[in-house]
Amino acid sequence: MHLAELNLAHLRAPIDSAELAEFVALLEPINDLADRSPGFVWRLKESEEDPTATVQHEYGDHLLVNFSVWESLDALWNYVYRSDHLAVLRRRREWFLRMAEPAMVMWWIPEGTIPTLAEGMARLRRLRTEGPGPEAFTYKDAYDSSEAASLPAAAAARK
Amino acid sequence: MSDDDLDALALLHDPVRRSLYEAVAGRGGEVGRAEAAEAAGVSRTLAGHHLDRLVEAGLLESGFRAPERKGPGSGRPAKVYRRAAAELSVSLPPREYATLGAVLAEVVEELGAEERAEAAARRAGERLGRRVAEPAGSASSGGDPAEAVLRERGYEPYAEDGRLRMRNCPFHALAMEQPLLVCSMNLALCQGLLAGLGDDPDRARLDPRPGECCVTLSKTNGD
Repeated sequence: MHLAELNLAHLRAPIDSAELAEFVALLEPINDLADRSPGFVWRLKESEEDPTATVQHEYGDHLLVNFSVWESLDALWNYVYRSDHLAVLRRRREWFLRMAEPAMVMWWIPEGTIPTLAEGMARLRRLRTEGPGPEAFTYKDAYDSSEAASLPAAAAARK
Repeated sequence: MSDDDLDALALLHDPVRRSLYEAVAGRGGEVGRAEAAEAAGVSRTLAGHHLDRLVEAGLLESGFRAPERKGPGSGRPAKVYRRAAAELSVSLPPREYATLGAVLAEVVEELGAEERAEAAARRAGERLGRRVAEPAGSASSGGDPAEAVLRERGYEPYAEDGRLRMRNCPFHALAMEQPLLVCSMNLALCQGLLAGLGDDPDRARLDPRPGECCVTLSKTNGD
């Protein structure tokens, strides 16, 4: 099984504003780092040519979407918290507003499949309304892939 | 306090086991039986016996390393040992600060008070540094006082590529729960410690790597 991860960030200002310029400048190096990280599988890109293009979507203005697939919980963890990404994360308050609700969700997917953004948003809604479970969880309440694999198919479809 | 933890730690009373444990833990990775035996100054057979006792007690973990040469005559995979990830602790009378630490970390996050927490960590580091600097007059003792303090506090510093890296995160369990907060506070604590010692706080910076502490220090000019 592979791990899918979706996280949202609420931008303090429009992505093309001066306030966000330093963040936008960091997109290319930090996404490169993700792509080169051990256990990285896939991430949603708006453009293959423009590394600063952020994902366009219909889920609200000023909402930055990060959507990726990893080989394991550890692989994602080591990228997020045990690499130069940590320093970027530390500056999040400069660019993003605090969100009252959970903004990050993970779930297990069969290897070789790529989930849709709509599914990711549904998983996040599920986490927000029902709390963590094998179908939608966080690092604080993580489930391993065997727990997700043993779920009846109906449970995964119930969103 | 768990009786199992006490029993496991009591195994280290034996000087051979103690030096084998230190030889393995001090390497930060996998150590073969022969290497551990040499470091402890005992025979391979004796080392193997004691290393396996340490594995049984949960202080070490063992695995197998494939032989470097492939094909006939390359021999069996070598048994290797590394420090176990599990934390063992014994406190008399029983004390339990981890739960409270986790609760407080959660409160900081809920309040969005990370900057205040970092400032407090920095002050705590400064107090610590000043306490160490005062009695010793540190300069005379030679070496890097910051390295000595970090070693004493369990960071297990080692030199690599002109920097001091830390093999161990003293706040590991909390850092797993609240990595952003705890790593930021740890950096602030280390910078405060340097300031308290009269050293340059900017020697410490974040350079996280899997399995280690997130903070590294530049080497002193004297080294």
